[in-house]
Amino acid sequence: MAILGLPEEEFFSYGHRACAGCGAAIAIRLITKAAGKNSIIVEPTGCMEVTSTPYPETSWKVPWIHGAFENSAAIASGISEALKYLGKADKINIVVIAGDGASYDIGFGHLSGAFERGHNFTYICYDNEAYMNTGIQRSGSTPYAASTTTSPAGKMSIGKAEWKKDITHILAAHGSRYVATASIAYPNDAFRKIKKAIETKGPTFVNLFATCPTGWRVPSEKSIEVARLAVETGVFPLYEIENGKHKLNRPRDPDKLKPIEEYLKIQGRFKHLFKPKKRTDVIEEMQKRVKENIEMLLRYEKYGL
Amino acid sequence: MKKDVIEASHAIAEAVKLVKPGVVAAYPITPQTHIVERISEFVANGELKSEYIRVESEFSAISACLGASATGVRTYTSTSAQGLALMFEILYIVAGMRLPVCMTVANRAMSAPINIWNDHQDSIGVRDCGWIQFYAETAQEAFDLTIMQYKISEDKRVLTPSMVCIDGFTLSHLYEPVAMPSEEEIDAFLPEYTPYHAVLDPEEPLTLGPIGFPSHYMELKKTQVDAIDNSINVIKEVFHEFSKKFKVEIPGNRPENYDVIESYKLDDAEIAFVALGSICGTIKEFVDDLRKSDEKVGLLKVICYRPFPMEDILNSLKNIEKIIVLEKTVSPGAEPPLYTELRSLFYEALEKPEIRGFIVGLGGKDVNFEKIKKIYDMVKKGKGKKVEWVF
Repeated sequence: MAILGLPEEEFFSYGHRACAGCGAAIAIRLITKAAGKNSIIVEPTGCMEVTSTPYPETSWKVPWIHGAFENSAAIASGISEALKYLGKADKINIVVIAGDGASYDIGFGHLSGAFERGHNFTYICYDNEAYMNTGIQRSGSTPYAASTTTSPAGKMSIGKAEWKKDITHILAAHGSRYVATASIAYPNDAFRKIKKAIETKGPTFVNLFATCPTGWRVPSEKSIEVARLAVETGVFPLYEIENGKHKLNRPRDPDKLKPIEEYLKIQGRFKHLFKPKKRTDVIEEMQKRVKENIEMLLRYEKYGL
Repeated sequence: MKKDVIEASHAIAEAVKLVKPGVVAAYPITPQTHIVERISEFVANGELKSEYIRVESEFSAISACLGASATGVRTYTSTSAQGLALMFEILYIVAGMRLPVCMTVANRAMSAPINIWNDHQDSIGVRDCGWIQFYAETAQEAFDLTIMQYKISEDKRVLTPSMVCIDGFTLSHLYEPVAMPSEEEIDAFLPEYTPYHAVLDPEEPLTLGPIGFPSHYMELKKTQVDAIDNSINVIKEVFHEFSKKFKVEIPGNRPENYDVIESYKLDDAEIAFVALGSICGTIKEFVDDLRKSDEKVGLLKVICYRPFPMEDILNSLKNIEKIIVLEKTVSPGAEPPLYTELRSLFYEALEKPEIRGFIVGLGGKDVNFEKIKKIYDMVKKGKGKKVEWVF
């Protein structure tokens, strides 16, 4: 099925074993469309590696490599320099497609190293906010108050006690010429940003919000709806930083955000905030943070970092 | 042939220059640093046209080599001890993906306590990762093995990564005379790289490093293990070709004909030392001394430790009465590895020699003539335990 305005050619084939409604699978379709035929994909260990390459089958119509969980950025560094040596650096795109566990946590040091060295590659994190492949454990990307199998809500716990790491700004601070956030609910915006990231020289980054219906405990047909609500409530704002200049795409008005409750209440991972007793205190704190974040992004746009 | 008195680390760097890797990725760790610094100079001077990645860790060094090798270029890295341990996970993956990555290990003790000096705990600790392992005695051997390891690893019958192990400081920082063939001579021996493994290429898209379910994992592992088992013939072939093409220029600094083991004065020997690496030089001197007083003693130097040359060792030691295994490593809670492997070799032999194990030289403790003599006398007089620590 074609997405309006996007290339029809597919490089990620149907028949993979991802769950119904998997946001990461949708993300990869978009990424490979933007990257095109002349690309090499690097993936760390994770859901998409497992579901797309059960030997001897594969869903990949472009060259693809997996080494380990934490070393995709380092593998990409090696590929980038090898292509340079072979005189093919300008002809082939190198795209890492990694989950948040690999990006925010275990592979973060190696990601930082590769960005500091300035290799020509694009790193895309499909951010589904927990270790889904191992069974929904909390990561550095898991949002505050989300219940996961290692941060379960309970009498003494509201779920994850820490806030989500701001990986996009950390990578921007490495001096990358293009970093952005994107969402599977806004495919044209995501496509444009991925393409821009790939076409920009040096290391570039896109944090691509991708629902995990299984992990977030939402019906698979609501995958896109949840992702859209994340943007509309300001929980996951879409912005880009090009040559150090911020641009907030949406939402732009901190006073007209959809209430965060709308986003939280349809997900099982936040259900303990509503039952048996509504945790207004927690929800209000989250609402306050979301608003402040949008205000901060607008300040960045106006005055710079 | 150029001859020079040169530090072993620099001899290796010269070999790397001749091998011309497309990508070098390395992270500094003592005592490996002199190798990677010299290669950096070659690149900076334009003498070597490699892309040199100054990675942020050894973990990324081996990962970058994995990526570059999968793209179809020759790669080089080097490390020691903690750095090799940090690579541990990826060593298995490189071998499992059948990528002919080559590296030098400047052997160093494992922490704790932290110690930068030589022993073999690091490389012996990774012996089951699926890499071919060579141990050099001299700077000449370090140079030669570095050239030969590429030809072996890249052979389509092998496609297995390899490490050349050199003793940290005692060899890495030692100045010795080394004969080095010219670029043309090495080009003729080791032509420009043609990968025989799967390569990342948009013209022929392949999936590298997929998940192997229980239906396939064991079968794939068997093909990998078969390749390293069978590599012993290719190793002998390459060693033979090298020895024929490049004759000994400096007497005594390498075997005349390279083989997986070196038999030193074993023909009529009754007692044989068995060891790896630079310690063999001291043992040879000791053997020469004893031979003057008609003691029938010799040395078996294991050059190729993985694959373990079982038949060659068994043949060389078949008439020996007493075997003295000197090891710079330990297996806490068990007997030391080379000693165990030798005893296992002789399990089915009709004539079983007495085999004694000695743990020596851990963390850079000097292994000198006096210690070797003490060990020899103990064995000769039948004193001491099966396995002894000699401090």
